[in-house]
Amino acid sequence: MTLYILRTLVKMVVTLFVIVTLVFFATRLSGSPLDTFLGEGLTPEDREAMIRYFGLEGSIWQQYVSYLRGLLEGNFGLSFLERRPVAQIVAERIGPSLQLLGSSLVLTICVAVPLGVIAALNRSSWVGSAVMALAFVGYAVPNFVIATFMVLLFAFTLNWLPVVGNGTALHFIMPTIAMSGVLIAALTRFTRNAMLDVLGQDFMRTARAKGLPETVVILKHGLRNAGVTVLSVLGLQIAGMAAAGNVVVEAIFSWPGIGELLVKAAIVRDYPVLQFGVITVSCAVVVINAVTDILYAVADPRIRMAKG
Amino acid sequence: MTVSTHIPTRGASLMTLWREADGIQKAAALIGVTLVLLALFAPLIAPFDPLKQSLISRLRPPMGFERYKDGFFLGTDELGRDVLSRSLFGLRLTLGLALLGAIIGLLVGGTLGLVAGLRRGWAEDTIMGAVDLQIAVPFTLVALLILALFGSSLTVMICVLGIAGWEQYARIVRAEVRKITELPFIEAARASGGGPRYIALTHVLPNIVSPLVVQFTLSLSNIVILESTLSFLGLGVQPPTATLGSMVGYGRDYMPTAPWMVSVPAVLIILITFSVQILGDWLRDRADVRLRAR
Repeated sequence: MTLYILRTLVKMVVTLFVIVTLVFFATRLSGSPLDTFLGEGLTPEDREAMIRYFGLEGSIWQQYVSYLRGLLEGNFGLSFLERRPVAQIVAERIGPSLQLLGSSLVLTICVAVPLGVIAALNRSSWVGSAVMALAFVGYAVPNFVIATFMVLLFAFTLNWLPVVGNGTALHFIMPTIAMSGVLIAALTRFTRNAMLDVLGQDFMRTARAKGLPETVVILKHGLRNAGVTVLSVLGLQIAGMAAAGNVVVEAIFSWPGIGELLVKAAIVRDYPVLQFGVITVSCAVVVINAVTDILYAVADPRIRMAKG
Repeated sequence: MTVSTHIPTRGASLMTLWREADGIQKAAALIGVTLVLLALFAPLIAPFDPLKQSLISRLRPPMGFERYKDGFFLGTDELGRDVLSRSLFGLRLTLGLALLGAIIGLLVGGTLGLVAGLRRGWAEDTIMGAVDLQIAVPFTLVALLILALFGSSLTVMICVLGIAGWEQYARIVRAEVRKITELPFIEAARASGGGPRYIALTHVLPNIVSPLVVQFTLSLSNIVILESTLSFLGLGVQPPTATLGSMVGYGRDYMPTAPWMVSVPAVLIILITFSVQILGDWLRDRADVRLRAR
C-alpha cells in the first residue's frame, strides 16, 4: 500500500517535471518569445534592456536552469503585457475559476448521478434509452455551441440573463450550464455503467432476499458501492474535461478566470502568462488525478491489501 | 480466448449495412453523406463567391424575413457576404481539416502503438509514458500553447489536430498487437522465418483494422469539436478564410441583429458531430462484440 502511494507520487512528480520542461522548450522552440511579442522596430539597446528586464538573457540551457530555480523559489517571471509577476496575475484568476468549477460540479453531480441510476434501473425500457439519448446529445454538441444558442435565446431574445462577467448569481446560470453539458453526459454514462456492474452482484440479491425495501437496496447497497467508481471517474476524467471546458466557457462569457486569461494571453502572445497558466492548470489536473488514484486505492480493499 | 458467435463479416456490402440500420442510424448516414457531398461540391453549389463583399447588402436576413434580398437564401453577414456560400466553404474546410487531422493521428498513433506492441523494453516504456502524459494534460491547453507559439496557420492547425488523438490509436493498437502476437499463427509465421516487419504488416495489421476504423470515426467528431472551438476562440484559421467554428466566433458580435450569422454554421457543426457519433457507435456495435456498448 505504502509502495503503491509512493509509486503514484513519484510518477506524479516525474509527470510534473516533464510538463514544465516541455512547456519551457516549446516556448523557446519558436524563436525568442520576446521578439515575437515586441515585433520589429526596437533599437538594439532597448531590446537588450527588455531581455534583461524579463530575465531572458543567456543560452537556452542557462534560461532553463534559471527558470527551474525560479519555479522552486516561487519566482515565475513577469507578464510581457502587464509587467507584473505572472503568479500574481494567475492567482487573481483562481477564485472566479473555482467558483464556476464548483457550481458546474454541483450541477453535474446533482443531474448526472440520478440520471445514471435511473438509466441503469430502466435499462431495457424507453426511460433508459431516453436518458442515454440525452447523454449522447451532451457529448455531441460542443459547449461553445450550447453557449451561443443560450445567449441568443436567454440574453438577446428573452432578455432574462446577463452575458458578461460574474457579478451576480444570475451571471452563473449560463456559464454553469454551458460547462456542465459534456460533464453531465460523461458522468451519466459512467454512473449508469457502474450501477449496472453493481446491480448484477451477489450482495444485491442477498440484500433483496433479506427483505430490505427496494429503495434501501438501491441507495445503500447499490449507489454506495457504485459511488467509489463514480468518484474516481470524477477525479480522473472530469478534471481534465473541466479544465478544457473552463477555457472555452470563460472566454465566451468574459468570466474573469484562468481560462479567459489563457485565451487572451494566447491571442496577444503573452508567453510568460500562457506558460505559467498552462503549467498551473496541467499540474492541478495531474495532482487531482494522483490524489484520486491514491484515494481509490485506499477505498478499495483489493488494492489496499495487495502487496506492492 | 473467448469464443464468440458473432463473426464480423469482412466486406459486408453497404446494402446489408443499410438494411440492418435503425431509423436514427439511417438518418445519420443520410445527413453524413449529404454533408460530404455539399463539402465536395461546394464550389459548384455555392451561389456566390464566399469572399465577395457587397456593402449595400450587409446583414440581410434569410428568405422569408423582411428585408430579404433575392438570391441570398440564408442571409448575408456584416460585409455583405453570402452566408450560405460561406457556410458551404466553411463546411468544406472543417471536414477537410478534421479528416487530415484524424489521418495524421491514425498514422502517428498507429505506428507508435505497433512499435510499442512488438518491441518491449525502453521503446515501449517511452511511448506509453508519452501516452500517459497526453492523457493527463488537457489537450485544449496544449493546443492554445502551440497555436500561440507557432501562429495560426492552416499547417499549424493540421498539426495540432493531428496530435490531438494519437494516444487513443497507440493504446488500441498496442493492446491488439499484444493479444494477436500470442496467437499460434503468429508463432507459425515466426517459426517459418518471417521477420518482425513482415509479421507486423502481413499478419498483425490486417487483424486490427476494424477497431481502428471505429476509433477513426469516433475521433472525427472530437476533432471537429476541437477545431471549431479553437477557431471560435479566434486561434484557428485566420480571416477571410473561415471554418464553421470561426463563423460562429465572428458572428457572435452581430448576434442581436443578425442571429442567422451564427445559427447556420452552428447547426452545421451539430449535424456533423451528431451524424459522425451515431455512425461511429453503429460501426463499433457491428465491428466488434467486445467493444459493444452495454
